[in-house]
This record gives sequence, structure tokens and C-alpha cells, in this order.
Amino acid sequence: MTTSTEGDGTDMFANLPPIGDTELQALRDRLAARAEATDLLDVAYRTIDTPVGTLLLAATPRGLVRIAYDREGLDTVLSGLAAKLSPRILSSPRRLDTAARQIEEYFAGRRHQFDLPLDFSLSTGFRRLVLDALPDIGYGHTASYGAIAAAVGNPKAVRAVGTACATNPLPLVVPCHRVVRSNGVIGPYLGGTEAKKLLLNLEAAA
Amino acid sequence: MSTKQPFEQIVTEHGATVLRVCRAVLSSVDADDAWSETFLSALRAYPELPADANVQAWLVTIAHRKAIDITRATARAAVPVADIPDRPSGWSTDHRDLDLAQSLAGLPDKQRHAVVYHYLAGLPYQDVAAVIGGSADAARRAAADGIATLRKTHASGEARKG
Repeated sequence: MTTSTEGDGTDMFANLPPIGDTELQALRDRLAARAEATDLLDVAYRTIDTPVGTLLLAATPRGLVRIAYDREGLDTVLSGLAAKLSPRILSSPRRLDTAARQIEEYFAGRRHQFDLPLDFSLSTGFRRLVLDALPDIGYGHTASYGAIAAAVGNPKAVRAVGTACATNPLPLVVPCHRVVRSNGVIGPYLGGTEAKKLLLNLEAAA
Repeated sequence: MSTKQPFEQIVTEHGATVLRVCRAVLSSVDADDAWSETFLSALRAYPELPADANVQAWLVTIAHRKAIDITRATARAAVPVADIPDRPSGWSTDHRDLDLAQSLAGLPDKQRHAVVYHYLAGLPYQDVAAVIGGSADAARRAAADGIATLRKTHASGEARKG
């Protein structure tokens, strides 16, 4: 205490013990629960570990709104959701329990179809049209970009279908991984070509 | 386009500091409530907060109001008890500087708030004054007086512990 000058109290608080992670986490969990109960939780998110790496799952009260691969960057994705949907975003696993369970079942080969409320707020126009058509490609099957373009009534829009797949806010659940090039080449994927290969192999094995 | 951080990030950055502030101005149980109320209010108002706002000062302002609300509610609900506990209830002994907490509790409100918001929350006196009212100079004087008292009471506590 001899080093401090009269009126400077910084040292009085220098040796306070740190706030424990557990007690702060308990408060944060309670905050998320109360936010949910008072309709203030516009976007809830959690991460899950899967064979294709860590996935971010985000949901609005209306449904699952975003699935993101690790390579997209968790912070970047959350900032995007803050800008496009609402900054009222909290980590809160509960709203995503069902989605997490179904994705786990999918990777275990036990689930061939997802049964989840989806929120398509992040997709509009032609892209939305394409996403709506994708679930028609059944589990274990593939379709070409051209075939999807034709299916949505715009056979020349092959490139636009590619863009719609590349910007799919709900990969995996909206199966853009089942869209491949007409020459059989797997093609690019927002989770990486390796991830796309893994998903197609998983589905082919079942 | 205004780029506002996800609220989760705000909790990560400021959660611990706001908890320290709440604990320094309230008892432990009340402090947890104040923390929850503060962040819930902040979450509600967050979309309207200007992008260039000082988030820390904003949160301390909310915490200050919540602490006053809780103190008033506690005072209204207070009933006489036969045995006065030695320590303010709720101050657990495991992870807290008890002497400092008790010394802080003994300060007049204005001094305690000025000390906590400046030294614990790190707000400049201009911001402290905005939270507690009055001028920056008055906030500075209140904090200095508070620290002087703390130094006396806290030091004597340390000495007793020997």
C-alpha cells in the first residue's frame, strides 16, 4: 500500500479474486432462459461436433434459421445474423435440442429426413425457390445443377442454382450436398468438398 | 450499415465486470438478481443502442438503477429480526474479499458508487457523474473521500487479521 498516492484507490481492487467461470456461466444460463421466457431471444445458437467438424446451429422462435460450417467462421456468421436478423443473440442450447438430436441421428445413419421447423428469413427470391426444391432430391440420391434449374422452371439458370446452393443458410437439412455437376464431379460445397463427399458416402451406404 | 455485435459478445466482454460492480454495491444474492435484471434490460434495449455508444458505461448505468430498485425493495420488505448477523447475509467466505466488501458497505451511497464505478468498472469521472448525477469533479471528490475511508477501515481490518 505504500506505493499508492492519496486518492488513488486502484490498488484496493487489484487483488480481488477472479469471478469463477462456473458462477458466471450459471448466471448466463439463467439470462438465456429468462430471455426466452420474455420473448427477447431473437436468435439462439449452439455448436455441435459432427463427422464434418463443428457445426453452428442458430434458431429464431420460428425455427432453425442457420447451420454453419466451422470454415465459415463462427464470429463472422454470428455477426451476419446480428446484422440481418437481430443483435439479440445468445448462446442457448435448449431451443436447438431437437435439431441437434436429429443431426446426430442423421450422422448415425438412423435418420433419412429432417422434421424441423425452418425459418427461411435469410433466403429470398430465386434462391428461396431453389432451396424449396432441394428436399425433393431423396436421401441417397443426387441431381445436377441443370436438373434443379429445370425443376424450378428456369433451365438456363444453372449458375444461379449453383449460387443458391453456395449460399444455402441451412446446409445439411436443406440438402444442397445432393446437387452435383452433370459430369458426375462432386463440385464445390460450403462445408468443403471433403464434407460433401462424406455426406454422399454416408447416404450411399445406408 | 451499423455493425452491432451479437449480444452474447457483450455478455462475454462485460459480464464479469458487471457482476463485480453488483457485488460491490449489493449483497451476494441481490447482486446475482441485479446482474440478471441488468442484462435482461440491456438485451431488451440493445437494438436501439447507438452503434458508437460506450457499452460499459451503458451497462453500469443500468446496473446502478437496478441496484437502487433492489435496495429499495429490500428496505420495504425488511422486518425486524432478533439476531443481527455478524456479516451482511449472503457474503460467502470462499471467493470474496470480505473486509473490502464490508468496508464498501459502510460507505455513504454516493462515495461507494463513485469508488466502484471508477475503480472497479473503470469508468472515467465524466461517465461516473453521468451515472450517479452531479459533476465530474464531485464524483472525483466522492471517490477520493471513499478511498480514504476505505484505506482506514480496510487497513485496520488487515491489521486485526495480523
